[in-house]
Amino acid sequence: MSTRHDTAASPLKGGAAPGRPPRGTASASAKDREERRRKKLSRRWQRDMRWSPYAFVAPFFLLFLAFGLFPLIYTGWASLHQVELTAPTDMNWVGLKNYTRIFDDDFFWNAARNTLTIGIISTVPQLLMAMGIAHILNYKLRASTFYRVAMLAPYATSIAAASLVFVLLFGRDYGMINWALDLVGIDPVAWQDDKWPGQFAVSTIIIWRWTGYNALIYLAAMQAIPQDLYESAALDGANRWQQFLHVTLPSLRPTILFTVVVSTIGASQVFGEPLLFDPNKGASGGAEHQFQTLGLYLYEQGWINQHLGRASAIAWMMFLILIVIGIINYVISRRLRASS
Amino acid sequence: MRARTLPLSRQRTNGGKLFTRKALAVAAVVSLGTGLLAGCADDGGDKDSDSSSDGKGKTTVTLGLFGTFGFKEAGLYAEYEKLNPDIKIAENVVERNENYYPALLNHLTTNSGLQDVQAVEVGNIAEIVETQAGKLEDLSKVEGVNKSDWLGWKWEQATTKDGQTVGLGTDIGPMAICYRKDLFEKAGLPTDREELGKLWAGDWAKLIEVGEDYQKKAPKGTTFFDSPGGLMSAVLSSEEKRFYDSSGEVIYKTNPAVKKAFDMTAKAAEDGLVGAQTQFQPSWDQTIANNKFAAMSCPPWMLGYIKGKSQPDAAGKWDVALPPKAGNWGGSFLAVPKSAKNAEEAKKLVAWLTAPAQQAKLFKVQGSFPSAQSIFDSPEVTGAVNDMTGDAPIGEVFAEAAQQIPVQVIGPKDQIISQGLGDNGVILVTKGKSPKEAWETAVKTIDNNLDK
Repeated sequence: MSTRHDTAASPLKGGAAPGRPPRGTASASAKDREERRRKKLSRRWQRDMRWSPYAFVAPFFLLFLAFGLFPLIYTGWASLHQVELTAPTDMNWVGLKNYTRIFDDDFFWNAARNTLTIGIISTVPQLLMAMGIAHILNYKLRASTFYRVAMLAPYATSIAAASLVFVLLFGRDYGMINWALDLVGIDPVAWQDDKWPGQFAVSTIIIWRWTGYNALIYLAAMQAIPQDLYESAALDGANRWQQFLHVTLPSLRPTILFTVVVSTIGASQVFGEPLLFDPNKGASGGAEHQFQTLGLYLYEQGWINQHLGRASAIAWMMFLILIVIGIINYVISRRLRASS
Repeated sequence: MRARTLPLSRQRTNGGKLFTRKALAVAAVVSLGTGLLAGCADDGGDKDSDSSSDGKGKTTVTLGLFGTFGFKEAGLYAEYEKLNPDIKIAENVVERNENYYPALLNHLTTNSGLQDVQAVEVGNIAEIVETQAGKLEDLSKVEGVNKSDWLGWKWEQATTKDGQTVGLGTDIGPMAICYRKDLFEKAGLPTDREELGKLWAGDWAKLIEVGEDYQKKAPKGTTFFDSPGGLMSAVLSSEEKRFYDSSGEVIYKTNPAVKKAFDMTAKAAEDGLVGAQTQFQPSWDQTIANNKFAAMSCPPWMLGYIKGKSQPDAAGKWDVALPPKAGNWGGSFLAVPKSAKNAEEAKKLVAWLTAPAQQAKLFKVQGSFPSAQSIFDSPEVTGAVNDMTGDAPIGEVFAEAAQQIPVQVIGPKDQIISQGLGDNGVILVTKGKSPKEAWETAVKTIDNNLDK
């Protein structure tokens, strides 16, 4: 804050502008009055300067309290009860039962495993492909803006529309992918029914949607790398691949860490793609829950089966798992930073 | 900003200009504010839920529906508005009941966001009667409502133990067997609906036998029945007791009728009589479009679905025969929440919409089979035909099936149990699991879903 309080007009009176110049013809009493007025205003300005910032940030915190903190705490409270959606106000205290039950709930751990495997087979190829695409886009290209916008198109597409198209592509009997496989002599794959094909198909939707987004992040970071580094590397005789390995990658390290963290969080909350991949059964994630993620299981318990207490406990378990993932990420990134 | 505010702040010395500035500011704020308010009012007008009357002093009665009820398509709203010039009707439709029902429960339990009339699907009516009756109006005492108009069991489904009727039936789903005449003929089976009805009358096992005959000479790539889930739910819906006993206990695991239906379907799936499909999925729709099965259990509304998914050349190739045992699949109710803005008007509207005369009109246009037994003999019903079934008198067949529907014990979680048995159970047999494994998976899933 470099504004001078005594000369700045109160924001109430038309913005923080310097005061007008004193008038030469003013009498003594008028001067006195002017003085008092100034003092009064200055007190008001001081109060204003002191409290206004809080007022300006208050909306966020009020909204956060109402829609962030309160639901979080209330969910915790509900998770200690048996509550049904049919009567959300009738709560039966059951203590930690909803949590202890999770430990031998096969469906929960199945969902947790699915979340992990879908997370890995979607995040790893996604980030590698994003890196490759960003590297290519970083070269001088004709119509590069077009390619960059095109990269973002899947991200801008509605997830529902995209998933429905993928469901048709991956259809077992009349899907285009099985038709293409058939052309090269491969037997049709039951994409929705079998575990690994199902998870692979769901991952494809995620990869399709997020690769361009990550590529643009990488591209932005690549463009911030000083050109001289490449020039000097070229003078030292490094080819394109060596330049990528020894100049681009090390400079991108913080960006890569960022995308890894964001993608991990996204992967642990995967919901829409598997839900829509099975438009009928939806939340059960396939006949044998073969691609039911934690998010889906939570939704199934809460909104299909109407067990709000159990769903709340699952939500808190997911929260705890996310915290663990966050800590692991933090440790790894600190190691990496130390090693560089 | 500063550069621009500086000259303006200088103008404060000039009283007149100050006034104009203030006036301008006030005008700006007012117009902005009214603009915002107008925006809000527009929103309300869209849904018609917040405004109970429009500019001309008319009362707007709102309906919350799912899927296609067809009131509008059958011209019933226009007719009612003509009869009652001070009423306007607006509907708010959610495509799928899975999305509609949780929201309805939410709105009922919080007493907010409710429309004046709310539809309830038959799969949810037991839960609504059991848990939400206190929030809904008793419709049995509304003027013009005669209990005797409805099929007895339909009326009972929406009535609490102490006699409060929370919903009036709109339609029912008497099940018949729809079959492809051309495919039956190619497989050397009879194609006459009466002959077929007699062939499998009385026992689902006889239908399976016909299926075995079909499969022996089946046209390449086709199966007899559409899906294991469809077959099993047809068998189950002709049972009086399925998943709950009359005292409200869950008995699906121990009920021999359920196990028998499951095993019968699993066997049919093992023998390849049914396609490896789950109903209402895109790939199932494609089997309709590609004529991949010869028969399915079908309530009247299914004919509309078949029409929607078929190629044009399939029209007229279907026919409808009586099922081995009659059952019910589908049907809805209209309820009026106590906290509705226009509860009184809504009750009148519901009574009119569900009256026999209107149900007959709805059947004619939409194919929703009436739940009013008093019009089963009316020409609208008996004379009905359908594009897909050519000149077959489907009205007579469905009316006969409707009169044989048993009084069924329905429970609050019927949907979860039946979906678990089909989508998480018997379907697995088509994927190489043994019937025993499939049953165990189904039971495990259902028990987990029922456990509070």
